[in-house]
Amino acid sequence: MATGTEPHLNSGGVRTPTRAAIDAPHLRTDRWWLAPAATAAGLLAFVVYSTWRAFANTDYYAAPYVSPFYSPCLAENCEPMRSGPNWEIFGGWWGLSPALLILIFPLGFRLTCYYYRKAYYRGFWASPPACAVAEPHKKYTGETRFPLILQNIHRYFFYAALLVACILTYDTVLAFRDEHYEWGHMGLGTLVFLVNIVLIWAYTLSCHSCRHIVGGQLKHFSKHPVRYRMWQWVGKLNARHMLLAWVSLVSVALADFYVYLVASGAFDDPRLF
Amino acid sequence: MSVVDRQEWDVVVVGAGGAGLRAAIEARERGARTAVICKSLFGKAHTVMAEGGIAAAMGNVNAGDNWQVHFRDTMRGGKFLNQWRMAELHAQEAPDRVWELETWGALFDRTKDGRISQRNFGGHEYPRLAHVGDRTGLELIRTLQQKIVSLQQEDKKETGDYESRLKVFQECTVTRVLKDTASASGAAPGRVSGVFCYDRESGRFFVLEAPSVVIATGGIGKSFKVTSNSWEYTGDGHALALLAGAPLLNMEFVQFHPTGMVWPPSVKGILVTESVRGDGGVLQNSEGKRFMFDYIPDVFKEKYAESEEEGDRWYEDPDNNRRPPELLPRDEVARAINAEVKAGRGSPHGGVFLDVSNRMPAEVIRRRLPSMYHQFKELADVDITAEAMEVGPTCHYVMGGIAVESDTAAARGVPGLFAAGEVAGGMHGSNRLGGNSLSDLLVFGRRAGLHAAQYAAGLAEGRPAVDDVEVDAAAAEALRPFSAEEGPQAGAEAGRPPENPYTLHQELQQTMNDLVGIIRREAEMEAALQKLAELRVRARRAGVEGHRQFNPGWHLALDLRNMLLVSECVARAALERTESRGGHTREDHPTMEREWRRLNLLCRLTDPTGELAATDPVRGQIRLARETTEPIRPDLLALFEKEELVKYLAEEELYE
Amino acid sequence: MSSYEAHFKVWRGDVSGGGLEDFKIEVNDGEVVLDIIHRLQATQAPDLAVRWNCKAGKCGSCSAEINGRPRLMCMTRMSIFGREETITVTPLRAFPVVRDLVTDVSFNYTKAREVPSFVPPADLGPGEYRMMQEDVDRSQEFRKCIECFLCQDTCHVVRDHEENKTAFAGPRFLMRVAELDMHPLDAAAETGLDRKTTAQDEHGLGYCNITKCCTEVCPEGIKITDNALIPLKERAVDRKYDPLVWLGSKIRRRQS
Repeated sequence: MATGTEPHLNSGGVRTPTRAAIDAPHLRTDRWWLAPAATAAGLLAFVVYSTWRAFANTDYYAAPYVSPFYSPCLAENCEPMRSGPNWEIFGGWWGLSPALLILIFPLGFRLTCYYYRKAYYRGFWASPPACAVAEPHKKYTGETRFPLILQNIHRYFFYAALLVACILTYDTVLAFRDEHYEWGHMGLGTLVFLVNIVLIWAYTLSCHSCRHIVGGQLKHFSKHPVRYRMWQWVGKLNARHMLLAWVSLVSVALADFYVYLVASGAFDDPRLF
Repeated sequence: MSVVDRQEWDVVVVGAGGAGLRAAIEARERGARTAVICKSLFGKAHTVMAEGGIAAAMGNVNAGDNWQVHFRDTMRGGKFLNQWRMAELHAQEAPDRVWELETWGALFDRTKDGRISQRNFGGHEYPRLAHVGDRTGLELIRTLQQKIVSLQQEDKKETGDYESRLKVFQECTVTRVLKDTASASGAAPGRVSGVFCYDRESGRFFVLEAPSVVIATGGIGKSFKVTSNSWEYTGDGHALALLAGAPLLNMEFVQFHPTGMVWPPSVKGILVTESVRGDGGVLQNSEGKRFMFDYIPDVFKEKYAESEEEGDRWYEDPDNNRRPPELLPRDEVARAINAEVKAGRGSPHGGVFLDVSNRMPAEVIRRRLPSMYHQFKELADVDITAEAMEVGPTCHYVMGGIAVESDTAAARGVPGLFAAGEVAGGMHGSNRLGGNSLSDLLVFGRRAGLHAAQYAAGLAEGRPAVDDVEVDAAAAEALRPFSAEEGPQAGAEAGRPPENPYTLHQELQQTMNDLVGIIRREAEMEAALQKLAELRVRARRAGVEGHRQFNPGWHLALDLRNMLLVSECVARAALERTESRGGHTREDHPTMEREWRRLNLLCRLTDPTGELAATDPVRGQIRLARETTEPIRPDLLALFEKEELVKYLAEEELYE
Repeated sequence: MSSYEAHFKVWRGDVSGGGLEDFKIEVNDGEVVLDIIHRLQATQAPDLAVRWNCKAGKCGSCSAEINGRPRLMCMTRMSIFGREETITVTPLRAFPVVRDLVTDVSFNYTKAREVPSFVPPADLGPGEYRMMQEDVDRSQEFRKCIECFLCQDTCHVVRDHEENKTAFAGPRFLMRVAELDMHPLDAAAETGLDRKTTAQDEHGLGYCNITKCCTEVCPEGIKITDNALIPLKERAVDRKYDPLVWLGSKIRRRQS
């Protein structure tokens, strides 16, 4: 009929022989590639920046601020931070950047996060690149086998992320000192830290695992009114999980960058009082 | 002729809406091997469009409710023309039918104490409608669909085959109910022996042999131009029953809803719920005038506001003010809209304006009328918080239908034929109350399935045989549109090009809408009958292109036969009934006559052999008969006050 | 009222082949794509096969792909396209084609049968069910589904990998599992059926990589991924990957 396209011969997906004979992998006319491209670019930028900073092992402490990339500091080779998060659990044998020890946790949390999974499956893996756009892979098993089956451990990273968020909260409290460790002062950095910690908490608590744990796992909300309220509240945050994932990613990088600027002497932290 | 696939079943259900599925479930649970045939995909039936709820006197919200009150409301709504026994059974059994849905997984909205919530609706004395937001019909269909799947899962466990006892033939159409003939069976001829069908997808014919056939095909709205009904509503079941020799009852009663969307064309006819007016919406003509004040009939003068100010006060203080005339009965409102449009004061697209935007703040509109807000926003790109809606009357429901025995849902005169749901007549009298249709489907769907299964079981070995001659005739009839060009039939001129079925359909819809619509006049209906006769002749030459595989042109050509038959029934019955009652309004006979209450109009085929060839265009295919109804049982009559009964019943009925 | 002539490309053919056919067709104010398809039927292509029913976005019959995106034809207004734009309409590309815009959606009915039905509680009769609104809210959202199967069509797990059709139920039916698991009175557990485990073991929940296309195309606006699939994944984790939850439930069971 019509233009006389023959049925597809032995190729998969939308070109399976029984399906409508259309050769194009997709017929979308909008700029469907924009979202995955922007996602990939954004994530890539963060990866490059954070790799540089994590391996740099310098300029992460400028009293009273400690970079969130290096907190808590778990090795002996850390800069001493007065009443700061120096916990030398790993002792002296660790010779690499101490950031690598702690970053595993937030990294794991974000890597297994339900939003980021979508983002990088689409952006980097093209699985799928966009809705109704054919993916380039011959086989697909999703998260059914190793290694992607490990995505199921997201909730352990969530527990860890809660701890990390607590420590970063502690760091933010410490930021209410001046460079001589006098309490009751604030600088521009304190504001940066405040904004960051609020966003970190919002992102962490808006997590799907958190939503499940506080109440989603229940069958009868009516028998658990408090947990029901909490579930509703987390649900509201959860609706903005994507937004929070991005702004908290930017804010944590900015907080680190701010510390870097101050620590490296490129910028002087303006004191508010 | 062609060898046609045959399968044997105990019960065949035609139609997979609420009534059909409920019938199938019942028949299967009673041990009958049951087949369901539907024109659409399984789960897409028109029942999904029902919004309001299922009326059932459960008394969850107001404990004063019971079946007697429900019965009373139903009879009043139907202007006492209802088959009272059906109304009684319906009111008694509806609560059980709703409760059993819950055991199949339905999730209704809840009251504070965890029971099924019930809402108020026009004509119901107490809050009575079990509902799920505004998608109750969808919940009903999905629940029945999932119950069927659950029965199939049981069968799979036992027999290894999902479809061993209950099978759905989706996207198939029945064109004939087959009956045994004297030659084929030794016993009394005329019993149902099966159905002749085609598969829409492949175009292949097949026959399901079964002693019991339940017709549950819904309504006839697609014979009208402006309708809230879907494409399936071509009156198939009505026509199948007629052709099988069963009479149709009171076909003149067609419910027109006064406010359907008229613009844009894609949504013309879709319902605008009554609560828009209940919440303060006003009707205006093109001059911006609230015209309903000019249309309050004398009998209602005392009950309705005389000024806009008083009407407006009613919304806040209904005890000390009279209600605005926008809330007059449906037929009054529809008549007024009609008159305004005819006088040239209509909206640009032939309706009038229904405005809420100037009546309440946008946020209140969105909260009170969420589904209407979305319906107009998404379908029409109209923001009802900022501009007026354009509305006009739309064909909504047919109260008339196959004449059935009240208790068994058996069609009269054809052993083995049953009918339930909208396709069955009598239950709603001359006018249906909102919410009573879904409960009707469940109550009588179950009864039809039950009695169909019992009837089939009772026949055991002596089943009626399918007559090959009938099968061949049905196949030839179904294939006629492909050979229409040659004009082999009487009345068709050889050499003339075939008629386009789409064009014929449009002309039919226009005719019915204009001439047998909401307000009826003798001369117009006579003209309609003439036009129908002409269309009938032309429809015999309806031809189609292409082949039998999923060919919508062919499907429409076949459905035309049914629509023409049903339309003639409506027109003839409407011409005959010289009074106005419920869904039948005669401009030339504007009052309700007590004598007519006892009279039912039965439509039968003029040529009882079921052959449709060579009918006289003027005499038509339909013969009308008057029938006096059985008197209402005294204990049921006793539920009403005497003063009320005098309005409806003739003198002699009152003192019997 | 203004009308114009639009350029349509409609896929016509069947399983033996076919292609996009060009049409010039009149479009009027306020129309949707389905109106145009109907006009094509009535004037230019009487045998053009298409499924439709309610024309109001309530039945989910007229699913197709318009300019490459899975949509309901009755809910796609012509006004979202430019007048110069060519509008391409094809059948759903994840299912076998029957003819023109009609596809064989039996995959979905097969999958529907594989999900064990609601199990009524043994000790409650009809009329005795008591459920709180907050307990039915979640499942009610999923029951808004009109079964248009757009989510099943767009899901790359089966759209791009025919071989996964046996193992994967698709978003619509995983959502059905979630609906039943969240039903306050479903007694499946009492009969030994653990929906949380079977979601992964029998309905292929693990194939879902939560890329959210199902949610994007849902005409009912159901949050399939966030409210059904992810919670279901978390419930599967409870059963299979979380010793703490497992231990907790053991202890609680012993106590009671």
